[in-house]
Amino acid sequence: MSLDPVILSRVQFVWVVAWHILLPAFTVGIASYITLLEGLHVWTGKPIYLRVSKFWIRIFAVSFGMGVVSGIVMPFQFGTNWSRFADATANVVGPLFAYEGLTAFFLEAAFLGVLLFGRKLVPSWAHFVAAFMVGFGTLLSSFWIIAVNSWMQTPGGYTIGPDGRFFPADWTAIVFSASFPYRLAHTVSGFYVTTAFVVLAVGAYTIRAGKFVAEGKLMLRMALGFLTIFVPLQIGLGDAQGLNTLEHQPAKLAAMEGLWDGGSGVPASIIGIPNQAGEKNDFEIALPKLGSLYLTHSWDGAVKGLKDFPPDQRPPVIVVYFAFRIMVGVGLLMLAIVAVGWLLRWRGKFYDAVWYLKGLQWTMPLGFIAVLAGWTTTEVGRQPWTVYGLLRTSDSVSPSLTGANVVLSLLLYMAIYLLVYPTGIRFMLRIVWNGPLDADPENDTKVESGRPAEPVQALPHGDAS
Amino acid sequence: MNGPILDLVGIWTVILGLGVFFYVLLDGFDLGVGMLYGLHRETAARGIIMNSIAPIWDGNETWLILGGLALLAAFPLAFAIIIPALYFPVLLMLLALIFRGVAFEFRFKDKEHRGFWDHAFCYGSAVATFAQGTVLGAFIQGFQVEGRHFVGSSFDWITPFSTMTGVALMAGYCLLGAGWLVLKTHGELQDWARRQGRRALLLVLVAIGAVSLWTPYAEADIAARWFSWPNVALLAPVPLAALALAFAAWRSFGLKHDAMPFVYSIGLFLTAYLGIAISLWPNIVPHRYSLWEAASSESTQAFLLVGTLFLLPIILLYTGWSYWVFRGKVKADAGYH
Ligand code: HDD
Ligand code: HEM
Ligand code: HEM
Repeated sequence: MSLDPVILSRVQFVWVVAWHILLPAFTVGIASYITLLEGLHVWTGKPIYLRVSKFWIRIFAVSFGMGVVSGIVMPFQFGTNWSRFADATANVVGPLFAYEGLTAFFLEAAFLGVLLFGRKLVPSWAHFVAAFMVGFGTLLSSFWIIAVNSWMQTPGGYTIGPDGRFFPADWTAIVFSASFPYRLAHTVSGFYVTTAFVVLAVGAYTIRAGKFVAEGKLMLRMALGFLTIFVPLQIGLGDAQGLNTLEHQPAKLAAMEGLWDGGSGVPASIIGIPNQAGEKNDFEIALPKLGSLYLTHSWDGAVKGLKDFPPDQRPPVIVVYFAFRIMVGVGLLMLAIVAVGWLLRWRGKFYDAVWYLKGLQWTMPLGFIAVLAGWTTTEVGRQPWTVYGLLRTSDSVSPSLTGANVVLSLLLYMAIYLLVYPTGIRFMLRIVWNGPLDADPENDTKVESGRPAEPVQALPHGDAS
Repeated sequence: MNGPILDLVGIWTVILGLGVFFYVLLDGFDLGVGMLYGLHRETAARGIIMNSIAPIWDGNETWLILGGLALLAAFPLAFAIIIPALYFPVLLMLLALIFRGVAFEFRFKDKEHRGFWDHAFCYGSAVATFAQGTVLGAFIQGFQVEGRHFVGSSFDWITPFSTMTGVALMAGYCLLGAGWLVLKTHGELQDWARRQGRRALLLVLVAIGAVSLWTPYAEADIAARWFSWPNVALLAPVPLAALALAFAAWRSFGLKHDAMPFVYSIGLFLTAYLGIAISLWPNIVPHRYSLWEAASSESTQAFLLVGTLFLLPIILLYTGWSYWVFRGKVKADAGYH
């Protein structure tokens, strides 16, 4: 097997971005949740909100630290491994990246210090503002990075120079490219859903552990209420995004549906095994005409199939097909979980149905699975392009790289990520197992979020924690 | 090229220059603090050393991202040539920064392996600094370029010169870190920091001297820039100021000043930075592409400039506020608050 720097760079990019995305998927949501709790505390004065907030801040501190260090790796990837992509597109997407730094990263970083360490150093309203700014920063961050990604999916507002480089023509059309509003809404809402399922699972665990029942019930209640609105919304937004993809990236959509032969009145493939070489699906179960119905909202609507595209312009169908089904499957499962929750509530057994609480404890990874599956659908579905229809992935890689170079860096990234991030996840879980709130007020003043509550104070003998 | 683009490129040169300098100062002192952490043996003192930067390191590191992104947006050709040429030093830096970044949290969470995370913190700081120093050295020496691409090997950056600049930057960041610790601590730890500061300063002076002799010796155009008439007279203030600042820094580490060692060290960095800028001007890919040739389109620079001029002052304001919240000495007694 020869070492192809393109394939290896792709594997490396997937590796680093997939780890990175797991952290924003949680921090975007939890930062907003902390803001809400801090706000409720300032507004109602009830200490329970503060206790729950402090608990989540401690977990947030670990995940945010990892989010930052995994994020710093990202922009450098475009230089180290994708320098021809950077050279070709920087005139257009460069400023969007830079605006992410200017509007979001500084905001998050500056107010994070105050959020984590400043509770006793600033008035409580200022602490609330710090929480708000961190949360707001994570949303701005999502805005810009998804603007970049959406432009790569559905480019607009550009001209192409004689040497193949992109130049800006219309900044509004660049930032608000055709798929951007859909992708932003579906992603951010997905992050919120992901976080709410973590809160739900932790709440269920806390109630069952029996130590902090009031706090657990609060988390459960808030999460269920939130999900009641956001899970259906998420599915609706996903449907809207699918229609947008049909319009702008028909080859990707055909891969998601596993649709080889286009035409009118196309079937819906429920499950099967796409066969790229044979240009068909093996072992397929499909329902006639249903595909046209939900894609075009008419029984006889016309949809393009994969065979309408030359083979070298088709994405790897099997990956896209299954990734999409995993995401949708998780979405439907979430809907069922919420529905059962309401059924129990209605019968007044919400907090006592042990089997349900037990089940909820296992829902923590659901959102993360859907996020990864969704992004895989999006990104692999875009192949073989980095800028859809215009710049090929194979023309994007740095010319100086050899396969051996990338093997070396990839192995290092793998080794170190596997050492660091699972460890961090374990620490977060440990905070949960230890019970949300140390009843011991001592713990509060000395170490908060793993660091001293007062920054200007060392640990006594450096070993209390 | 027409008029307005000249202005834009000039402004972006200043912004990028300032951004990189801010990064060097801010992350410089906290990477330096990280290295000094490894030199101190006592747990209690280590706690104070780490806490002196815990609330601010993240913001400091953000300047690195800004530097990278501003280079991408304003001078993309330079980004597309320099970063792949520095594939491994950049990789090394990123991995080291990961270790160092998570060590802040993990050190407290993982009592069984605290020693490991302690090492992650100080070695992470040291490796990241060394990698940045080699980046600087490789950058000064230049890259093998064809058309718009780097075409050399991914190991071209390993040279005696870049190794030397790597070590030199470690000494430099230790100097800044010692200055910061003198500012933020008191008593025994402060005295210790003063001693470390002086040691680092000696190393820094040797390094500055070596770079100042080596570069003009190796690169004829740099020699011409500095030693031809009237440049010699015009540029003489830079090395003279460096000498004066070094002397002042040395003295202030010995006197009972809290803030001055840090201030003078910053001054020394500024002169060194200016010296490098003078040597390389007006190129951003040394010996190859000027700032103007590497610049992004006028529309790109203008679009980004509007927001930057508006946002940068605000950023400085709230960053300043967050420093102000955590002003004063780091104390060791647990009863404090
Ligand atoms: C909690 C997370 C979550 C859940 C439950 C769902 N999704 Fe999703 N989906 C995402 C999280 C996500 C995502 C990770 O945020 C993606 C990746 C890129 C993007 O825009 O959103 C995504 C992408 C994505 C795309 C790809 C768009 C493209 O790039 O072409 C489509 C069509 C859908 N989703 C549709 C759905 C449908 C019909 C769902 C109904 C069950 C659904 N998603 C549930
Ligand atoms: C955040 C979640 C993301 C995930 C999980 C993800 C995942 C992926 C995957 C799976 C590929 C590889 C496709 C293949 O190998 O066939 C890919 C490619 C790529 N993605 Fe993303 N991506 C994400 C976000 C982004 C964003 C926000 C950007 C741009 C700013 C981006 C830029 C790229 C580029 C440049 C490639 C081309 C290299 C390649 O094909 O591997 N990705 N990504
Ligand atoms: C959908 C994809 C992405 C989203 C929504 C996203 C969002 C975020 C968020 C919210 C943070 C703050 C840290 C945290 O909360 O964990 C962050 C950190 C970061 N991200 Fe991403 N990101 C994505 C992909 C990328 C990509 C492809 C890049 C590369 C350009 C990138 C670059 C960074 C950097 C440099 C940081 C560190 C910022 C800091 O110091 O605070 N991100 N990202």
